[in-house]
Amino acid sequence: MIIRPAALTPEAIAAARLICPAAFHVPRGERLWQWFIWGVFGGFTLYCLWLFDLSPLRLLQGAGKFIDVISHMFPPTSGGAFSTYLYALMETVAMAFLGTVIASVLAVPLGMLCAKNVLPNWLARFVFRRSSDALRGVDQMIWALIFVRAVGLGPLAGILAIIISDTGTLAKLYSEAVENVEKKPVEGVRACGGNAVQAARFGILPQILPVMLSNALYIFESNTRSATILGIVGAGGIGFYLADRIRTLLWEEASFIMILILIAVYAIDWGSKVIRRRLTGDRSSAPPLH
Amino acid sequence: MNRAAPAALTLISSGSATSSAGRAAPPFPDAFESQWRALNARKRRLNLAYGGLFAVAFFLSAWIGEFNPVKIAQGLPRIHEYIVKTLPVLTWSNLPADLGEWFYGLPKWLRMLWETILIAYIGTLLGTAGALMLCFDAADNLKRSSWGYWVARRVLEVCRTIPDLVYALIFVFVFGIGPLAGILAIAVHSLGGNGKLFAEAAENIDMRPVDGLKAAGANWVQTVRFAVLPQVLPNFLSFALWRFEINVRTASIIGFVGAGGIGQEFYTAIRMLYYEDISALILLLVVTVMLIDLGCEKLRHRMIGKENLS
Repeated sequence: MIIRPAALTPEAIAAARLICPAAFHVPRGERLWQWFIWGVFGGFTLYCLWLFDLSPLRLLQGAGKFIDVISHMFPPTSGGAFSTYLYALMETVAMAFLGTVIASVLAVPLGMLCAKNVLPNWLARFVFRRSSDALRGVDQMIWALIFVRAVGLGPLAGILAIIISDTGTLAKLYSEAVENVEKKPVEGVRACGGNAVQAARFGILPQILPVMLSNALYIFESNTRSATILGIVGAGGIGFYLADRIRTLLWEEASFIMILILIAVYAIDWGSKVIRRRLTGDRSSAPPLH
Repeated sequence: MNRAAPAALTLISSGSATSSAGRAAPPFPDAFESQWRALNARKRRLNLAYGGLFAVAFFLSAWIGEFNPVKIAQGLPRIHEYIVKTLPVLTWSNLPADLGEWFYGLPKWLRMLWETILIAYIGTLLGTAGALMLCFDAADNLKRSSWGYWVARRVLEVCRTIPDLVYALIFVFVFGIGPLAGILAIAVHSLGGNGKLFAEAAENIDMRPVDGLKAAGANWVQTVRFAVLPQVLPNFLSFALWRFEINVRTASIIGFVGAGGIGQEFYTAIRMLYYEDISALILLLVVTVMLIDLGCEKLRHRMIGKENLS
C-alpha cells in the first residue's frame, strides 16, 4: 500500500502563510545584508571598470583589430628560422630542467629549516619561512630582469631566476611534507636498534621522497611554461623570439612559435605524468600550482 | 635501498616458500637467493640506466643553458655587488629621514600598487566568469554534445598554455598601452586555468541530484544551476580566490610590456639603475603579496573546511 500525503492545495499554502508569514520570507535583516554585500561588490566592480575605461564600446573597437591580428596569424610559417626556434625551445626546456633540479636540491635544507618538527624554535623558523616566502613572493620575471642586469643577457640569468623563485616554492611544499611525516616508522626503526641516521634513512626518507619528487616534477611542468616568457626580458629561451616577432608584427611567425610552445608543453606534461606514475604511483592530476 | 633487506626477506619468506620447494629442483634457500639476486641486479641496472639518462639530460641542459662553473664564478660577485647596491643607506641616528628618502616615491607607488591589485581583481572576475560559462561543457559528465566538449577543452587548453605575458604583448598592440591590455591578458589566462580546475571539480560531483532534476524534467541550464552549482560553488570560490593571488603577482609584471600596473615602475627602476628604488619596490610588493595571500587563505578556510584544502 502506498501512503500519500494529502496534496497541498493553494488554499492550504495561503492558510499556512497567514499563520506563519516569516517562514515564507528571508528575514529582512539578512536580506538587507545580502543586498548590501552585492551592492558593495557591484559598486566596486563598476568603479574598477570606470577606472580602467573598460567599456563594451572600447572592447568592440579592439575586437576588429584583434580579429585582424588573428587572421594574419594564419598560416603559421617558420620564416626559414625553424632550426633557430627549435634550438631556442631546447634552451627553454634546458633552463627549466636545470633550474628545477638545482632548486629542488637547494630547497631540501631550506624546507627542513621551515618545518616545525625539525626546527622547534619558532623565531628561527619564522625567519626561514618568511625568507622563503620572500623568494616566492617576487615574481620570476622580476628576478630574471635583475639577473639579466647582474650576469648579462642569456639563459644563465633565466636559470638563476628559476632557481631563486622555485627554491622558495619547493621549500614550502617540502616543509609541509616533512611536517606530515608519520612518526611510527621512525619508532619502528629505533625499536629494531637503528641509529638516528638509519631512522632518517629508512623511517623518514621513504615517506617524503615520493612527495618531493612529485612536487619537483610539477614544478618542472610549471617552469617549462614560465621559462617560455623569460626571454621577453632577455633571460634566454624562445620568449625572446616570440616577443620580437610580436613587436615587429610578424604574426605568422609568432603563431608558429606559439604552436611550438603548445607542443612542447603538452609533451613535457605527458612525459612528467608518465614519470610521476612510475615513481610514485600517483595518478591524481596536478595540484593548483602557478 | 636493499642493503638491509635480505635477512628480513629470507626470514619472512621461509614459511610460505617451503610448500612450493617440494616440486622445484633447487632447494629453497638457493632458489630464493638467486631469484632475489636477479631481481636486485635488474633493479640496479634500471636505476643505473635512469641515473645515466638523468646525468646526460643534466649535462646537456647545462651545455645548452650556458651554465658553466666559470661563468657562475664570474657572475656571483656581480650578483652580490648588485644586491649590495640596491640596499639603502640607513643610519640609526637619522632613520626617519633615511627611510623617507628610500621610499620617496611611496604615494605614487601605493597608487600603482592599488591599480595593480584592481587589474588582478577585474582580470580574475572576467576570467572566472568565462570559466564558469565553459567549464560545464568541458566536464565529461555534464557535456551537452561531444563537439561542444571538444571545443571547450581545446579553448581552455589554448587559453592556459600560452603565457599571460604573450597575451599581454598581443593586447598591447590591439588596445594600446595601458591597463586594459593587462586586464584582458589576465582574464584570458585565468579563463583557461580556472576552467580546467572548475571542469575537474564538476567531474567529481555526486550525480544523483543531476539524475533527480533530469527525471523531474529540468533542462540543461536548470540542472546545472540546481544540481551542480550548489555542490561545486565553494570549490569554485576557493579556486577563484587562489587565482586572484596568482594574478596579483602576474599583474605586477605585465607592466614590463606596457600593460599597466607597478611593473612599469619596476622596469624603469631596473633598466635605469635606480638601485634603491628596486629594493623599496620589491619590499612593497612582497609585503602586499603576503598580506593578500594571508587574507585569501583566511577567506578560503572559512569557505571550505580546512581539512578539504590540500
